[in-house]
Amino acid sequence: MAKNKESGYMSARESRRISRENRKITKEYEKRYKRKNVPESEYLTTMRDPANALEIEGLRTYFFTDIGTSKAVDGVSFDVPRGKTVGVVGESGCGKSVTSLSIMQLLQRPVGQIVDGSIRLNLGEKAYDITKTPLDVMQKLRGNYMSMIFQEPMTSLNPVFRIGAQIDEVLQLHWTNHSDSEIRSRTVELLQMVGIANAEGVYKMYPHELSGGMRQRAMIAMALACDPRIIIADEPTTALDVTIQAQILDLLRSLKDQINSSIMIITHDLGVIAEMADYVVVMYAGRVVEKGTAEEIFKEPAHPYTIGLMASKPVVGKRVEKLYSIPGKVPNPINMPDYCYFKDRCESCVGRCAGGYPEEIRLSPTHSVSCYLYDVKEDEQA
Amino acid sequence: MRKYILKRILLSIVILFFVAFIIYALMRALPTSYIETMARQKSMQPGSKSFEEWMAQLAASYNMDKGIIPGFFGWLGSMLRGEFGDSWRWTVPVVKKFHDTVWLSFAMGSVSFLIELLVAIPLGIIAATRQYSKTDYAISIVALAGISLPTFFFASLMKLVFAVKLGWFDLYGLVGRNYNQLSSWGQFLDKAEHLVMPIIVLVVVSMGALMRYTRTNMLEVLNSDYIRTARAKGLSERKVIYHHAFRNTLIPIVTIVGASLPGLFAGALITEQLFSIPGIGYASYQSMVSGDIPFSMFYLMFMAVLTLLGNLLADILYVVVDPRVRIS
Repeated sequence: MAKNKESGYMSARESRRISRENRKITKEYEKRYKRKNVPESEYLTTMRDPANALEIEGLRTYFFTDIGTSKAVDGVSFDVPRGKTVGVVGESGCGKSVTSLSIMQLLQRPVGQIVDGSIRLNLGEKAYDITKTPLDVMQKLRGNYMSMIFQEPMTSLNPVFRIGAQIDEVLQLHWTNHSDSEIRSRTVELLQMVGIANAEGVYKMYPHELSGGMRQRAMIAMALACDPRIIIADEPTTALDVTIQAQILDLLRSLKDQINSSIMIITHDLGVIAEMADYVVVMYAGRVVEKGTAEEIFKEPAHPYTIGLMASKPVVGKRVEKLYSIPGKVPNPINMPDYCYFKDRCESCVGRCAGGYPEEIRLSPTHSVSCYLYDVKEDEQA
Repeated sequence: MRKYILKRILLSIVILFFVAFIIYALMRALPTSYIETMARQKSMQPGSKSFEEWMAQLAASYNMDKGIIPGFFGWLGSMLRGEFGDSWRWTVPVVKKFHDTVWLSFAMGSVSFLIELLVAIPLGIIAATRQYSKTDYAISIVALAGISLPTFFFASLMKLVFAVKLGWFDLYGLVGRNYNQLSSWGQFLDKAEHLVMPIIVLVVVSMGALMRYTRTNMLEVLNSDYIRTARAKGLSERKVIYHHAFRNTLIPIVTIVGASLPGLFAGALITEQLFSIPGIGYASYQSMVSGDIPFSMFYLMFMAVLTLLGNLLADILYVVVDPRVRIS
């Protein structure tokens, strides 16, 4: 079987067997998720630290595809403190977006499923474990307490409805005790807040009448509509040109001071992270390899992957012939090795790297890394 | 918008001119000639003139003694004056024969088209929202069976089951045996009853394509980013599908609906023939086979006008359902 996968071929019979098994597995998850009138005790939980807006612990999100189970997120843990910005960084396909979609339960069903771990959302008096929350309760949380800004402003707005109607819709859904005129004025106010000068005009426009930057502003307005506890921004500036990127980032930063929400910003752009984030989570191949405050990550990167990332970004005022790039490629998510996922690309590999995936090692109260290099150091000290 | 429609209509006139010419040339070039058949029959009679003499006389009286191009302009001239002439095959004015047959076909066509829309679009949406489920497979099998079934086979099957075995409907014909004794409401019901089977046949054989089309479009829409945004707002699945996704699925469906306008009047040749229903499909087929130029020309030109109108209608409907499309 392993041989088949390496060569990229798979017999029809094997593929059928896999898809049959997958259906059996995903059917169970779907049934759980679509139940109605689930008692609150099943999905209510308590926060480990009440100062956190969101706690992710041991999150595993798998995709049950016809060529095997892809472990897109495999044991991710990090916290988003209230009122802070957490940046999640990593290369394409490392599980950043899947983590964020797991938080919103917006994975592509039934293929994508959260199989393990917990995501605790703090709403003050209550805390929800998203992984156990059924669909009908999820619909009350989405848009209201947690919202998301997507990567592609060009396609994320429905082309056949007016901007105003699309923002009104969120408010109508969650602010049930407000009149239509109140909702309308709130929408216009939101549009002004995100820096749209002609808010009344834009209210009546269709998405195709706006530029990419304007559409992203409208998306941000939509995300802010119900004063959510947490805003997830999944590469909010990737599809925009550089000057608009800067404007959108400025906007997000200034909005963060106005509203008391936590922001989780996902990007592969270290510059964005440096500008925005209080805390940084570095992900590689579906796992967190290093996390810490922005200062710690930028000043003293510990994991060889983080060090490689830092080395591969251009520095103003420094002339280089060729930018550094980390050699090799990410391991196949369907067939992960049982040693450190970065071992094959690592330049500072030691003998111990061959055995087991490294544990998380604390370098400071806020800084931790999963790498044997630091394990050794602590052994010596002890 | 008004300017655009005007432009389209002017363009349509040019297209119609060439369409008319091509049809006329083809009709003239057909191997079956109505006058030839007639001349042969007349010359067979005892003591009659020779075939050639009859030919010359008939060609002159039917305006067929000129070449294709002068003949075409002759036809065009009288058509523009509103003289559509008499049908050779049916020996009544063309317009009268058309009027007698088309409304029956239109009733049949529009009822079956309406049923088709009402059945195929919801089923296509259900199939898409439950992709790869048992429901989806069942709907797809029904759709493909409908597409693959030849009309004559399915019609014969229906007749066998519902007319011969169960005796629910008459085997063929538009009216029952005691039609003349019925009140006018009873006559209407009698006709309606006789149209049930043909309409079912028409719906089943044409529904599959629209169903598959809706399913494919819906799937595409459901995978788009704005559907994810709608879900991220906290909307219920119902609202996501029937409000956000449905409006976008409508856009391509409108083209199909516009394009099927001529189909409503075209009649259903095979179905009408199998059930012996005197509709336009049957009449136009008979006219063409016997080389009846005035009636065939009128019928085909009518279809051409409807096709162009249907396209224009689809374009206008596009503007209605898709705000991105603006005609200038």
